[in-house]
Amino acid sequence: MSELEFMQQQVMRHRLSRRDFLGRASALGLSIAAASALYGRTLQAATPNRGGHLIAGLVGGESSNSLDPATFASQVPYWWGKTWGDQLIETDPATGAPVPGLAESWEGSDDVKTWTFKVRSGVTFHNGKTLDASDVVATLDRHGNAESKSGALGLLGDIEKVSSSGNTVTITLKEANADLPLLLSDYHLIIQPNGGKDQPDAGIGTGPYITETAQHGVRYTGKKNPNYWRDDSYFDSVECLVINDATARFAALQAGQVHIVNRVEPKTANLLKKIGGIVVENVGGKAHYVFIMHCNTAPFDNNDLRMALKLAMDREAMVQTVLQGYGTVGNDFPINAAYDLFPEGIEQRKYDPDKAAFHYKKSGHSGSVLLRTSDVAFPGAIDAAVLYQQQCAKAGITIEVQQEPGDGYWSNVWNAQPFCTSYWGGRPTQSQMYSTAYISTADWNDTKFLRPDFDAIIKQATGELDRAKRKELYTAAAMMVRDEGGLILPMFNDWIDAHGDKLQGYVKDGSGEQSNGYIMRRAWLA
Amino acid sequence: MPTPLLRLVAQRVLLGVALLFAVSILIFIGTQILPGDVAQAILGQSATPQNLQNLRIELGLDQPAIVRYFDWLSGAITGDFGNALANKRPVAELIGQRLDNTLFLAGVTGAVAVPLAIILGLVSVRYKDRWPDRVINIFTLSAISFPEFFVGYLLMLIFALELHWLQPLSAIRPGMSFGDKLAATALPCVTLTFAVLAHMQRMTRAAILNVFGSAYIETAELKGLRPITIIWRHAFPNAIAPIVNVVMLNLAYLVVGVVVVEVVFVYPGLGTLMVDNVGYRDVPVVQACGLLFAATYILLNIIADVIGLVANPRLRHPK
Repeated sequence: MSELEFMQQQVMRHRLSRRDFLGRASALGLSIAAASALYGRTLQAATPNRGGHLIAGLVGGESSNSLDPATFASQVPYWWGKTWGDQLIETDPATGAPVPGLAESWEGSDDVKTWTFKVRSGVTFHNGKTLDASDVVATLDRHGNAESKSGALGLLGDIEKVSSSGNTVTITLKEANADLPLLLSDYHLIIQPNGGKDQPDAGIGTGPYITETAQHGVRYTGKKNPNYWRDDSYFDSVECLVINDATARFAALQAGQVHIVNRVEPKTANLLKKIGGIVVENVGGKAHYVFIMHCNTAPFDNNDLRMALKLAMDREAMVQTVLQGYGTVGNDFPINAAYDLFPEGIEQRKYDPDKAAFHYKKSGHSGSVLLRTSDVAFPGAIDAAVLYQQQCAKAGITIEVQQEPGDGYWSNVWNAQPFCTSYWGGRPTQSQMYSTAYISTADWNDTKFLRPDFDAIIKQATGELDRAKRKELYTAAAMMVRDEGGLILPMFNDWIDAHGDKLQGYVKDGSGEQSNGYIMRRAWLA
Repeated sequence: MPTPLLRLVAQRVLLGVALLFAVSILIFIGTQILPGDVAQAILGQSATPQNLQNLRIELGLDQPAIVRYFDWLSGAITGDFGNALANKRPVAELIGQRLDNTLFLAGVTGAVAVPLAIILGLVSVRYKDRWPDRVINIFTLSAISFPEFFVGYLLMLIFALELHWLQPLSAIRPGMSFGDKLAATALPCVTLTFAVLAHMQRMTRAAILNVFGSAYIETAELKGLRPITIIWRHAFPNAIAPIVNVVMLNLAYLVVGVVVVEVVFVYPGLGTLMVDNVGYRDVPVVQACGLLFAATYILLNIIADVIGLVANPRLRHPK
């Protein structure tokens, strides 16, 4: 992309003012008159068009899906939920910081154990009921109580009490948590009338579109909500087709039967780019692919062996081969720059067969190491395992790759066998990521990293309001996982969407694919 | 005295019911042997032991398997197939629309493929070992030799992406006009026609040629009848039983075996519904789909037997 095109794009996204545009364009040799005309044309192209019918073709929908947000686990329910529902808090696409949703404002107490949220007034649900604080209380109760089956239960486990008075909701926590607002942006936590306790799968929310048909695993349609409290939904109607077959998805995009698709495979992305009229959008997110060892199981209970296996991973080669460049290298801790308070300055671990051989010898291990993998672990997991086998061979380490059936992989292999491949989708905050999978008490501690000193650091960081201090604690935590944990993290994978050039206004959002699911609010049809 | 025809139908129906019962047991056992359960499948990687337990109790998975089977069976006998475990929708509602779609695709394909196959079979008998016979054989055998997904993608590439005549996805939905529905199903219909043509065409050819060895065909020839009249009037009626058997087998295949084509064209049929729900261990839905598929096979086979019987006087009037 030329400098000028980049600047035009910035103008379209309202990130560059007229004055700055003219200044920089004339520096590139354009006359002021020409630059001014170009600015006008660019801005016109950027002015959202109202109307039209958006059709998305997405992988990740099953006939067993439901409109009950507590059951959401795959991409289509996640996407469709955002058309009809809103959360209390949303996140800024560029920084990931919390921004107001159905909560107008919020405030934490000094010990960050009590939080108050002011619920927006004048908002109505699709069924005509007015939103009030009791709906918020009921929603949080339904997802967080002891009988909950919600995917958000793990996020709300620390809530002691939720109460309301007037339009204010007060949340009291068992443990201090400076990140509570971000946790409430989770896609399960759609505010429903009376918390959805009466009919959880009614699909009644406050969102920009009203669901008309929901044929699970096939198709969803919705029409514009005339009473939406915001003014930023441009389409008259939206439709989501479930297209789980990758080839069919790209054929539909190419033929113009859908406007946008998700989960483009890296090897297809380069081909799609060559087709005229198709734009590939990749954005670095928090999701990552992992090779995980159980720190408490022989032979992986030996840190020298773990270190040898970490050093024998050629991360650059993984990103180039498995992700075709659509990703970034990992450093054996589950955090990257997409997180707030990312600990910079930690040395990047590099492929070093000699050093790996040294640690391997020191570990005293002999014979081969069994690595279990499956194509469901992540796209290209089997290729990655075989590639890793060859990289290890250069360090004198023999890896035996065992391919497991995809059916049942998550119940029988992941979190059960001592060395396997897997993936993580990232969490809103660093504390949340570590508490989900790295503290001793976490159910999904899939590296069996059982370290009370580490748990204490995370607990301290979670309740720390001083950002500088917090960052120090996160740095310490990252170093522990990197140098002593059971995690080999070769790569963070990009989200890759593709859309026809008729669709404009795509905003890159590191929190998730499809502009964090808000594509139906942020984009428009030219 | 009941006619042999009625007796045969009654026998077959009773046997069919017993078979359905056996199938339901097999499917249930199959879904129990698979690793993981519906609670785990619903919650996926994000399951905690607590919400797993909550969900299992709510779904009744804490009951022993045998109790769950008989609960289901007593409902099914009274026509109540229960609710899907995963999203609690009634199974009948989940299946209804999908069944319509599957029958529509099978019906359209059958209406195209069966007459075409039989005509091609007759033509290849008429021109046995001459070029029309060879061309037809080469065409139908190559069509069946390519995997369905390959033919599907090829047709999609040519007719949707290059020529832009049709849409790549068969996005069929309730409320479409019949013409739109036909246009939407054209590509999967042609793909499936390719897959079933050869079997029926070859059987027609072989069955008629078999009859051609008989003395009465020679008589007909000596009478001076035209070859096509001999085939149509004398050979075809006597060859009909094996042909109908193969036709019914292929029609059954069009109902139960087209999941690959459904996936390629994103056609919302019963096959993908069943595969989805096997993945989810959603036993009520899998059971209902399995029974529908088994019933289709049994019904079509009964029809084939009845037609064979009607076509053959010796079977109709046993000594």
